[in-house]
Amino acid sequence: MLHYFIDAFAMIGMSYFMGFLFYGFYRQFNARVQRRWGPSIFQNFFDNMKFLFKTETIIHGPMFFFGPMIIFAGAVTTVLFVPYLKDSIWLQGFSQSGNMILIVYLLVVGPLGNALAVGSSGNPFGVMGVTRGLTRLMGLEVPFLLGLALVMVQHETASVHAIMAAQPDFAHWNLVTNPLAFLVMILPFMASQHASPFDVVGAPVEVYAGPRVEFSGRLLGILMTQNMMMTVAKLVLIADLFLGGATTIWELIAKTFALFLLTAAISTSFPRLRTEQTVDFFWKIPLGLGVISVIATIWFPWS
Amino acid sequence: MYHHDHCEGFQCEQQQLEATLAHSGGELGALDRLIAWFRQRSLFVLAYGTGCGAIEMRPLMTSRFDAERFGIIGAATPRQADVLVISGYLAIKTLKRVIRSYEQMQEPKYVIGLGSCTINGGMYWDSYNTIKQLDHYLPVDMYVNGCMPRPEALIEGFVALQKQIANGAPSGAMRYRENIDWYKANQRRVLGDNMPPDYTYDWYHAGDVA
Repeated sequence: MLHYFIDAFAMIGMSYFMGFLFYGFYRQFNARVQRRWGPSIFQNFFDNMKFLFKTETIIHGPMFFFGPMIIFAGAVTTVLFVPYLKDSIWLQGFSQSGNMILIVYLLVVGPLGNALAVGSSGNPFGVMGVTRGLTRLMGLEVPFLLGLALVMVQHETASVHAIMAAQPDFAHWNLVTNPLAFLVMILPFMASQHASPFDVVGAPVEVYAGPRVEFSGRLLGILMTQNMMMTVAKLVLIADLFLGGATTIWELIAKTFALFLLTAAISTSFPRLRTEQTVDFFWKIPLGLGVISVIATIWFPWS
Repeated sequence: MYHHDHCEGFQCEQQQLEATLAHSGGELGALDRLIAWFRQRSLFVLAYGTGCGAIEMRPLMTSRFDAERFGIIGAATPRQADVLVISGYLAIKTLKRVIRSYEQMQEPKYVIGLGSCTINGGMYWDSYNTIKQLDHYLPVDMYVNGCMPRPEALIEGFVALQKQIANGAPSGAMRYRENIDWYKANQRRVLGDNMPPDYTYDWYHAGDVA
């Protein structure tokens, strides 16, 4: 019992810590691309702490308050159901009791909580942001699930542990054995991280802060916290599924950082797409690739 | 009521710059000092482009002067902002919007008056439709004078404000709340029937909210 508690807190703490360092790196990376110094690598931590210690005087009914709590609970639960390490009793959370189907459900808790909270605030920019978010979700969810399904079909299991165990070395990584599934997965994954070509939801200046326009002070601090933790949970999930998981914390950091760097590099290079362009893109390229790889995996005799 | 115990108009700038030397921050507890340190390290700016000073905010935020290295970054909405920058002269029509924006910000919140126009009216000193002294209408935490101040001057102002925050100096919002009647009377004098509705500020009277 005590083990579970310590383990759960370690996982939450570690995802928070990695989250703000990764985002701090992202801001510095962005700054260097734009030929400036950029903020300290701990800047996201400072921002988050400042927001958590600000006042919150805006009242839009109970749902406005519960929405961020639902999103935060969704993020914490996702973190606890993704195994961080392979062949270890630490940083496992409750992942033995869950599987990928459960994780897929948990990933959608965030957007739904967002819609509930922002809807009750009644701010037109917030509602516009949520509409964009749910439209984008419609686009990215299908190829994302298809990518997950491809991995599940390939290994004939929904258990993340079993999929990790089936990739003992580089030659058996799903990235190598099933690169099509990785390609299908990586673009919706980037969109779910709100990275640049697909960041129309919270597009600064365009719809102000998008779904977050009405949040301030502590609630915004909670939203920032869950965003950082969720990012790490998703990165770890992709590292588990395609990069063979990690046996040590350093390996985990290296693999998730490599994935994060890929996302950061793509998002600094490409400008923002409009909502319908995003959906068009997802339903053409990743989904088309997904259909091809489903055919390749199931029907073709050589697979 | 409001007493002019500290300064008036342009005298404020020098006094505010020197005030940071007087405070040592020693009177704060360890946790308060830590929170104050986080606060000064992360300032979200609502740049209210009221006058020509708005043009100075762009180079400040972008690659040339890069305010982000001080943790200063633009906020999209007043709800998320810590610092309101009034950049230049303030027409009476704009004043109403600025007051609404200011009252939506969450405490602790700070105001930076940018340019001479916010101090004494500047070159608009005899204009019929601009206000002369910003601190009659909103509590100003830091003045940056000049017409126009360069982005370097603005950075100096921001850094002085950061020192003030780190030393635990109370934000101007406290002054606004304590002297709300005085500020509202001044605002009513220039806005007349155009005053923002009462519900935007009457919660300041409802005890010590927030």
